[in-house]
Amino acid sequence: MIHPIPPGTRDVLPDEMRELRKLHVAMIDVFEGFGYGEVATPAIEYDEVLSRGDGRAAASGYRFFDESGDLLALRSEMTVPIARLVSTRFADSETPIRLCYLANAFRAVRPQRGQMREFAQVGVELIGASAPDGTAEVIEVLEAALDAAGLDRAVIGLGDADLYRQLLAELGVEGETRDSILARLATHDLVGLEAELSEVVDDRDCETCVALSQLRGGREVLEEARAMGGPAVERATARIGETYEALAARGAAERVRIDLGLLRDLGYYSGAILEVYDPALGHVLGGGGRYDALMKRFGLDLPAAGFALYMERVHVAQMEEEPRREEPS
Amino acid sequence: MSAPGLAGLGPAKADGPLKIAVPRGSLLGGTLDLLDAVGIDTAAVRGESRALIFPGEDVTLVTMRPSDVPTYVEAGAADVGITGKDVLLEQADRVVYELLDLGFGRCRMVLAGRRGDTRLGEAERRLGMMRIATKYPRIAERHFEETGRQVEVIEVKGSVELAPLIGLGDGIVDLVATGRTLEDNDLEVREEILECTARFVANRVAHKLRAAEVDELTAKLRDTVAAR
Repeated sequence: MIHPIPPGTRDVLPDEMRELRKLHVAMIDVFEGFGYGEVATPAIEYDEVLSRGDGRAAASGYRFFDESGDLLALRSEMTVPIARLVSTRFADSETPIRLCYLANAFRAVRPQRGQMREFAQVGVELIGASAPDGTAEVIEVLEAALDAAGLDRAVIGLGDADLYRQLLAELGVEGETRDSILARLATHDLVGLEAELSEVVDDRDCETCVALSQLRGGREVLEEARAMGGPAVERATARIGETYEALAARGAAERVRIDLGLLRDLGYYSGAILEVYDPALGHVLGGGGRYDALMKRFGLDLPAAGFALYMERVHVAQMEEEPRREEPS
Repeated sequence: MSAPGLAGLGPAKADGPLKIAVPRGSLLGGTLDLLDAVGIDTAAVRGESRALIFPGEDVTLVTMRPSDVPTYVEAGAADVGITGKDVLLEQADRVVYELLDLGFGRCRMVLAGRRGDTRLGEAERRLGMMRIATKYPRIAERHFEETGRQVEVIEVKGSVELAPLIGLGDGIVDLVATGRTLEDNDLEVREEILECTARFVANRVAHKLRAAEVDELTAKLRDTVAAR
């Protein structure tokens, strides 16, 4: 008898579970080693709490009424639930607060795309430590976690969430036009970006914006960016530069690729943003960054940063990297 | 961020030649001409071979249906690719970076009805809704939504011109290059929806991890297209 399960969900059988369990343990051990304590939060929260953190992300989740008519939602990630937990349970604690998690999260998906409705995320949140040191610590932990998974070729992209917001403001682009241009940048639709920009700014500024979004590499791209000028670029490159220096001081800058085209679509990011890639996989393994304004929405004004990795993708990458690691060329 | 999936999470080896997805069909000629112009040898693809993969020293050409290009590039099975804007719009949820408008393969997405026939208008006036046959359901739906009209979209896979002729739908939304096919089937353009050209797209991870190769190819393509 076949009893179906909803598309985008899955069972895990012992062979896979054994490998996943090893990965879980290896990663949580790394986090604990850096002083990050593991927490768990409910999969179901009040919708009002989740949308306080990020309206857009919460809107894509699963929502339902409980028996007393309250609107509940399934969490779509862990950063907002942990922000809620910290402001409720750790309000008077000494900072920084270091927490980590392994949790399933839920997202609405388009049918027949092979996307998962339920997926596992593993990650850390560092609350009460500001840039650049806090960011550098988070990246160092991320690198250790990737190593523990055997992904020694994985690369971390480091960008700045405020760069284009501030640059567009400087160019006098606001409101809906600005949001639409930011959306083009986030999806990297350069053709559409150029078309929209050329309608609101002159050719030189348009060229600068497009060229900026293509800058990625080592420390040298900061110089290239600065040469393009403007206070917004100056501020963003200074922020990235400081993070990079802090990383170098920890000996953790080698795997970091500066990427001025990086833009993540979760609304709460500010300052540094991260994305994780492995050459063995065509998809992003995870990401993170700073969210210095998020805790304030929960009544606790603290800077914060963190990252999350998609567990299943890390597992796929681990398997793809195996033959290469076993027979070094 | 798109919802994470497991399907299509195949290997995307960063080592070895850059894999370029080449569309078969009407965009093939223009694509091969352009690749020749930037110094990529396409003789093998132009030959009689029925192979699908053409390995080379620096790049490997992989031929496929244009509508499959976003799928392969999104999954990283191909690092970069060329396909029509119509395909990208129809599969707007595929996460690929659209790096360049290549200018060739220009055609128009149009709403067409039978010549001299009032069915489209009458259906809207009396039934409150048009029935439109198309191979591009998402583009069609978006067009009618943006123009504030109601529509029943009927998806067909093959010659869409057939549909209104034998009573499946009041009109069609389709891609026209010269307009000959419409003419031959007694159809005429009623509305222009958008203009489409070939686009150069890249996988998100390849764009980061093979930045030098992707940037170099993009720059060469940009210069070639600009010089035309």
